[in-house]
Amino acid sequence: MSTADIVGKGSAPKLEEDELRGGIAGLWDRAWLNLRTGNLGPVPIIVGEIAVVIIFAFTATNFFTAVNFVNLITESAGTAMLAFGVVFVLLLGEIDLSIGYVAGIGALVVAELQLPGSGHQLNGILAMLIAVAACAGIGFIQGGIVAWVGVPSFVVTLGGFLIWQGVILNTLEQRGTIIIQDRWINYTDLYIFSPLGGWLIAIVFTALYPISVLYKWVVARGTQIAPQNWGLVAAKAIGIGGAAFGTVAIANHGKVINSPLGLPLAGVIVVFFFVVLTFLAKWTTFGRHVYAVGGNAEAARRAGINVPRIKILVFMISGATAGIGGVMFASQVNSVALTFPPGNLLLNAIASAVIGGVSLFGGRGEVRGALLGALLIGTLQNGLNTLNISNGWIYIVTGLVLLFAVTLDTFARRLQARSGR
Amino acid sequence: MSSLLEIRNLSKSFGSVHALSGVDFEVRAGEVMALVGDNGAGKSTLVKCIAGTHSPDGGEVLFEGSPVHISSPKDAAKLGIEVVYQDLALCDNLDVVQNMYLGREANRFQILNEATMEHHTSETLKSLAVTTIRSVRQTVATLSGGQRQSVAVARAVMWNSKLVILDEPTAALGVAQTEQVLELVRRLGQQGLGVILISHNLHDVFETADRITVLRLGRDVGVFERKSTTQQAVVEAITAGVPTKVAGIPA
Repeated sequence: MSTADIVGKGSAPKLEEDELRGGIAGLWDRAWLNLRTGNLGPVPIIVGEIAVVIIFAFTATNFFTAVNFVNLITESAGTAMLAFGVVFVLLLGEIDLSIGYVAGIGALVVAELQLPGSGHQLNGILAMLIAVAACAGIGFIQGGIVAWVGVPSFVVTLGGFLIWQGVILNTLEQRGTIIIQDRWINYTDLYIFSPLGGWLIAIVFTALYPISVLYKWVVARGTQIAPQNWGLVAAKAIGIGGAAFGTVAIANHGKVINSPLGLPLAGVIVVFFFVVLTFLAKWTTFGRHVYAVGGNAEAARRAGINVPRIKILVFMISGATAGIGGVMFASQVNSVALTFPPGNLLLNAIASAVIGGVSLFGGRGEVRGALLGALLIGTLQNGLNTLNISNGWIYIVTGLVLLFAVTLDTFARRLQARSGR
Repeated sequence: MSSLLEIRNLSKSFGSVHALSGVDFEVRAGEVMALVGDNGAGKSTLVKCIAGTHSPDGGEVLFEGSPVHISSPKDAAKLGIEVVYQDLALCDNLDVVQNMYLGREANRFQILNEATMEHHTSETLKSLAVTTIRSVRQTVATLSGGQRQSVAVARAVMWNSKLVILDEPTAALGVAQTEQVLELVRRLGQQGLGVILISHNLHDVFETADRITVLRLGRDVGVFERKSTTQQAVVEAITAGVPTKVAGIPA
């Protein structure tokens, strides 16, 4: 073997990873290298989000306000929760079309279990746990049919889509809208932290990334592993901290009539699951196996990985996150009605993950993609709503953004393939 | 030399197709045993039975003298049997370290220990003189054919294995890369491992193997000592060999 066969052929840009300088200069070198080789990461979507915010700030009167910012968080929270589950399912190269109505089942179960005078009224927190567990159970059944029987996930979850829709229709046509009065359930989307509470949460969240880097550094001491690029670490830490503190600052700034606003619990729940699920995907053997099965299921099986177990667990995650999202949507309107799930929930959740760079063919993508994608779609739809634009146009714009994002990603992949990355 | 792996009277059918009928096979520690035969002779099926991917319908498997049941790749790995398949079974989306530890990641309470894995991967590649891989953190998709083969072989060797099975390791390689992989195969034998080398290429076989087992139409039709046979004799066995015993009745 000679090094000649790893260096790219033809006129593809050559890699110069070894020649990167240290410190701040190294950052620019790395950015330039990544741009040329199409290794863009989350940068395009962050740029897109900023551009969308700027456009709406100048065109819509009620968009660039603290109140609308808090609304945006509570509106996008449920979609982001569903999108987290979609990331795991897509990483396997599977699809889950049932999540919209599984979210509806979660909302229905929680509404039924908190109903005063029904004879089975439960504490709100217990009701939510049971609802999420029920949705994970649905995921277990659907995942089991996919993994053990071998029916394609598209078909299984399409069946689930119809079945759970039917269950919701049957129940609510008879019962009408179920009002949710339980304090704890309604808090999940609508609770607002005090300004101090918001700042404390921002501090904890900001600290997580430096702690994880420090942990890796301590573990790697004494081995010959290439050190971190400290400039890059600092830049990421500043970016994450800036986003966290900026969010809390804007939220705390808002006022509705005379009561002050603050960081909504919905946003904190989403960020909590973002951290937990990122940890699961990137730091645990389970997460590694999910990527392996998505990359080459046969190789994973031969390596001794229990592929059906991984698939079933992933569909359970998808069901559970849909359940949590469903509870949040119910909390947002304090009720469950026939109009549930709201809008294009399923398609918005899948679009969020795909816009966030998760491949439909498995093995490639990050949990953070779902968060960024949901935020972009949420901002777009919120902004167009404040401009009083019709639903039809909102769908059209969302579709165009999805197309654009995936096209850009495809070009970036081609560039990466040419540069041998 | 005592036998490391001994197979007696192994049978395996897929529906009405008898992929293997009454096959005997033996590998000793420290030898390279070539397994040759035409397409459909049952080489891959035999290997998959040893590796735990298929479970045999009948017959006996002895490993280090004691009878064993290998019902999954994990069982095989526990015994110290490692397979490098022709398609290498690598995940293109994962990097070299992640592939080397696929399915048995170093972890504490299920939390990955990346530093340990990266360290040992670098050391293993170094000990096998695999020096062309620029970074163990690049994805396997970016490696050349020879590099991918090296990663797959290194993965098999890293686990203190006793028996390494190589399925057509040189099929997709150029001349220089083939020579390097054959050198690696010989080195494995010299280190005391049992090696099963599956190959179509008799030139490769005669360069590396100590003994040669020939399969034909799901039966074993001969075992040859490399030093006392010719390519001519082996080719005859591959194309027209007749079993020396009747299936189902031990010789």
